[in-house]
Formats: sequence, structure tokens, C-alpha cells
Amino acid sequence: MGERVIEGGIFLASLLAIVVLLGIVALLLRQGLPIFSYTPPWAFMFGTRWYPVSEPPTFGITPFFVATLWVTAVATAVAVPVGVGCAAYLSEVARPAIRETVKPVIELLAGLPSVVMGFIGLLLLSPLIQSMFNLNTGLCGLAAGIMLSLMSLPIIVTVSEDALRAIPDEFRQAAYALGATKWEVVRHVSIPAALSGIAAAIMLGIGRAIGETMTVLMIAGGALAVPASPTEPMMPMTSAIASGIGNAVRGGLQYQALFAIGLLLFVMTLAVNLIADRVLERQKRKFAR
Amino acid sequence: MYHRVIKRKWFALVAIALLVAAVALTGCRGTQGDAFSITGSNTVQPLSTLWAEAFMNQRPEVSIAVSGPGSGVGIAALIDSTTDIAQSSRLIKQSEIDQAKAKGVNPYEILVAADALAVVVHPSNPVTELTIAQLSAIYTGQITNWQEVGGENLPIVALSRDTNSGTHVFFKEVVVQMEGLPTHDKSLEYGPNVLFLPSTSAGIEETAKNPRAIFYAGLAYVTNQVETMAVKKTADDPAVLPSVETAVDLTYPLVRPLLYYTNGEPTGIIKDFIDYCLSPAGQAKVLDVGYVPVQ
Repeated sequence: MGERVIEGGIFLASLLAIVVLLGIVALLLRQGLPIFSYTPPWAFMFGTRWYPVSEPPTFGITPFFVATLWVTAVATAVAVPVGVGCAAYLSEVARPAIRETVKPVIELLAGLPSVVMGFIGLLLLSPLIQSMFNLNTGLCGLAAGIMLSLMSLPIIVTVSEDALRAIPDEFRQAAYALGATKWEVVRHVSIPAALSGIAAAIMLGIGRAIGETMTVLMIAGGALAVPASPTEPMMPMTSAIASGIGNAVRGGLQYQALFAIGLLLFVMTLAVNLIADRVLERQKRKFAR
Repeated sequence: MYHRVIKRKWFALVAIALLVAAVALTGCRGTQGDAFSITGSNTVQPLSTLWAEAFMNQRPEVSIAVSGPGSGVGIAALIDSTTDIAQSSRLIKQSEIDQAKAKGVNPYEILVAADALAVVVHPSNPVTELTIAQLSAIYTGQITNWQEVGGENLPIVALSRDTNSGTHVFFKEVVVQMEGLPTHDKSLEYGPNVLFLPSTSAGIEETAKNPRAIFYAGLAYVTNQVETMAVKKTADDPAVLPSVETAVDLTYPLVRPLLYYTNGEPTGIIKDFIDYCLSPAGQAKVLDVGYVPVQ
């Protein structure tokens, strides 16, 4: 009897998740698609002018799209080597005592509110970057990307470390028996064997970086030009939504355009997840042989 | 272990139900009781906060919630009936009035104070005065180096508020598009290299750190970490620094109204509050914040 109640509860909970997800997709489509009758999809995607409060308004989101790509690229470029290196150190090299202290500290980084990361970026990182690269302003995609990398680091370290630790110890023992050094074991045995988990970790990190809003709103600079390099001020898609949605009247053109950006963000994270799935699948098949 | 997981799911379900209930309850919050909300302009916020505190001291049974995400946000909230008073640093647009009327909301305008918009730079910047035409050229991206306006050989970093802000719209119309001048051009827009910032204090902070920066802000936000620029209407006019005096006698060119919008003429507790704001005691507070009284 109790079993059936519990099963029903779980079923309802999972059903709720699916219903909420479908609801969100339906909402994004319903609110976002009408903008394409005002601005055709290609003009929306490849337009470089975004003037939502002008008469008549213009909606082109290329600057936001490119900014998101830059910020995510910087975050990934910083977080992946550091994160995977850290995970390899923790699982392969560090003594248990060190691992037990370092891992919780890194996980603590995930608990920092994004607005705090924004503050730190604003006060410490952006002046540093400005003087280091002799920029006009330290508020730029590079500063935002570096702060985002700190935020996706805990995910990458934790998930990669779990993947590395899940490898059977026989793999390493066999390599050592063949005379491999510690570095060779990490480089040629552990990391390749755990690649599926590491790939998943990286994808999760990228997903975090694409969707993060507060930090980029505070330190990415918010310029409307299509950024040619990460050291320019820029406005990623999430900040564009956040800085415009309050002003948009429900159902108005700007409101629809912002929902369409949200829709695109959703499609992008969905694509990242699908790619991650594919990579995982392929790795699994490779090791099943 | 199995048991614990189930419990957590139930907990999540209950939490979601509570959340939905809470959202539903706040959704139907209106003017009932002695609580009301003011939202909108980041510029008017310090003034509204001061007024709300003083009024709540006089009338302890009243509670007023003030927030300042931007004028456009306030007006959008009034149109959607999610606020009682919208504070704004720009006039409501005809398109917004139309949207409001379509939703059965009738915006009623009350002038509560005026503000001089200060143009600020880093204290080390040798430039002390600019014409509106020069400011327009800086913000549209035609002038990109401080040398072109008599400063050092440094690139200009133009900072602005984002589109949520009434100051953004006022500055665009009066400075970028040069409204009221012979060179008035409605097709001018902020240039692509202007940085749009989420709050006025963020802009002041960046200006205080960055010798290349230029920014604009309501007088109440100007600190001694930044230098205020004298503004000339045209090259032939005298350069005037913003202050309460130069705003009152209208010699400073960048003066704008600070407004409250309500749905229809205010009644009850909201009328009492607005009467207080416009009373001599309320208008004295305007000077405390650094704005200009209108009564």
C-alpha cells in the first residue's frame, strides 16, 4: 500500500518537472515568436542595431550573440585547463588529507552568490585588467569571462574528479606495471578513460557560463557594438534580457524581442546538452568494446 | 536512503505549492489597507525613500515600499497595475498612455520635483566645460578622443544608463538629439561604443576610477570622487555648473521634471502622501537630496 502511494508521489513529481518544462517552452514560443512578424528572423539574428526604445524600434541581436560567444569562450578557456588539472591532481596525486580539505573549499566557491562575484570583478579584476592590457575600461568581456570561469570551476572540478575516481584501479596498476610514470598514467590512462565524465563536466560548465546573468550584467560593460575581441565592453544575451525586461510593457514589441532572445538562449543550452549527450554516448561505446 | 529521497521529493512538491500560493497572493496585492508601493526611476528613488520614511513616521500604520529599477519599469508596472505610484524622471510617452488605456489604467501626472542632470568626469580630467553639441558628438561616437575637446590625448569612454532608465531617455532627447537647438536631429542615437550600465552608482564608481570616462547622473548621485562639468547650451552661451540655483533660474540647460504617475487622480492614503510631498515640509526634503523644489 505504502509503496503505491510513494510511487504515485514520485510519478507526480516527475510529471510536474515535465509539465513545467513544456510550459516554459510554450510560453517562450508564444511570447517570443510574434516579434518575427515585425522583424524577420534573419534580420533579428544578423541585425547589428538594437534600439528598443527608439521610434521606430530596431531589433538586431548579433552584438548580444557574439558577446555571449566571447564571454563563454573566455570562461571555458580558463576553467577547463584549470578545472581538469585540479581534478587530476586531487584524484591522482594528492594525499587523502589534502583532497579532503581542498575539495570542500572548491565546492564552497559554487556557493558564492553571483552578485558577490560581480562585485569582486568590479572592484578587483576590472581595474587590474584595464591596467594590464592598457584598455579604455576594465568593464569588458574578458573580465566577465574570468569571473564566470571561477563560477563554473567547482562544477568542472567536482564532476571530473568523480569521473576520474570512478576508473577501476586496475587501469592505473597495469600502466605502472609497464613502467609508466605518474604523468604518463594521468595523461594516457586516467584522463582518456574518464573522458566521457570530463566532457560532461565541461558541458555543464559551459551551460553555467552561457546562462549566468548578474555577473555579466555588472562587469561585461554593456556596449552595443558587435565585439571584435574579448577586451571590448559587450552585452551578452542574458544581460540584454535583464537590462531590458523591466522596461518592457507586457506584450509590447520589446517584450516579444526579449522573449525571442530567451528562446534562442534556451535552444543554445539545449544544443550544448545534446552535444554532451552524443559525446558521452560515443565514449561509452568506445569503452564497451 | 530510499525513504530519504522520497521525503525530499515531497518536500520539493510542498515547497513548489507554497511558492505558487505566495506568487498568487502577491499578484492580487492592490491599494487595500494602508500599504502601497512606489516603483520606477532610479533618480527619484532617494527622494521617494526620504518622503516615505518621514510619512511613515507621522503615520505609523502606513507602510510604503519604494524601489528604483528605472522609469520605464515604473511606468510598465503602472500599466500592468502592479504598483500604486510610478516614479519617473521623464514624461510618459503617448504609446505608453495608449497601452495603459487599453488595460483600463488612466495615468495621472503629478510634478513632485525637478533635477539638474550633471555631466561628470574623472577629477584628473583637465576639460571643465562642454557644449551640448560636443556632448552629442561624444555620445554618438563622432568625437572619440579627449584631445578633440581640449583635453589630453586619451580615448573617451562614454558611459550611459541602460534603456530602463528615464535618465537614458532624457539624455538621448536633450543631449544626443539636441532637442530645442537648431541642430536638433531625431535620427541621432547613442553610438555602438557607449557602455550601458545597470545603475547610476555603478557609473559614478567607474567614472571615479577611470580617467577616460564620462557619465551623466542626477545631482543627488554626484559625489566628490568625480568632477562635475560645466555645460554650455551653445558655444556662445556661458558655461554653467549644475546646482539648485542654476536649475531654478533655468540657466543650466539640462533640467528635467521628476514625476509621480498614479492610476486616476489619487485618493485616500495615496492622496495624503502626495499632499505631504508637495507640502513645505516635503519640499524641504527635496533640497536635502540635492534636487529642486517645485512648489
